[in-house]
Amino acid sequence: MSMFSIFDISGSAMTAQSQRMNVTASNMANADSVAGPDGETYRARHVIFESQAGQRSEVGGVRVSQVVEDQSPLRQEYQPGHPMADEQGYVSMPNVEPVHEMVNMIAASRSYQANVEVMNTNKQLMLKTLTLGDN
Amino acid sequence: MIDKLSEAFAFKQAALSLRTQRQEVLSANIANADTPGYKARDIDFSAELSRAMGPQQGGKGLSLNTTTAGHLQNRGGVNPGMVDLQYRMPDQPSLDGNTVEMDRERAQFADNSVRLEAHLSMTRSFIQGLKKAMQPE
Repeated sequence: MSMFSIFDISGSAMTAQSQRMNVTASNMANADSVAGPDGETYRARHVIFESQAGQRSEVGGVRVSQVVEDQSPLRQEYQPGHPMADEQGYVSMPNVEPVHEMVNMIAASRSYQANVEVMNTNKQLMLKTLTLGDN
Repeated sequence: MIDKLSEAFAFKQAALSLRTQRQEVLSANIANADTPGYKARDIDFSAELSRAMGPQQGGKGLSLNTTTAGHLQNRGGVNPGMVDLQYRMPDQPSLDGNTVEMDRERAQFADNSVRLEAHLSMTRSFIQGLKKAMQPE
């Protein structure tokens, strides 16, 4: 019965949106990280969504195909006394935009809530379908 | 006599199958609300149901191709692979090519859920009525 695949679809959307929230949280936490474990300045990361439709049917869920780093130029701050400053005294700070991240967070949480409601409604309908024929 | 029973159920079975398929399509739309380039789909319910229940002009509708006397007759029903998925016309353009609009999809989803629940209630009453009619007094 095709109703069971609705759980897969809504579940995949919830997974994808929570990954998006994780990436947003990572960006906000590292907004001032001058150096990461590899010695490079932290670059803002974004998730790329991809629809799973097209393999066995025309509709499907969603998945995160990859997490990419933002290639826009890093923010330069003038701090001559900083240990990581270059010869002109500039330090490369991460290219995280807080406004962008807040908008992402709001959109991801709304989408997550919508998919939770879809899953709850479908679960109720399936349970009611199972009672067909009872007195 | 059993074929009269299955004829009575044919319409309800087709409607239930179509409603659950539409539920799947609408859930997929809501799940892909943020996917770039995704186009929202939907099913024209009344057209699909009349197509499933009645023959097309000069054709057999969605019934199975019976070439021998021993082949079973399909009493109306929906072949899941043959439902016509259409595209929804968006009200506003969007930058990333995604045509899912949350308000419209949520409204359609709520509408389909209520109609599905109504259908289940009516089918249950119908079955209860049949059972009562079958009981000896």
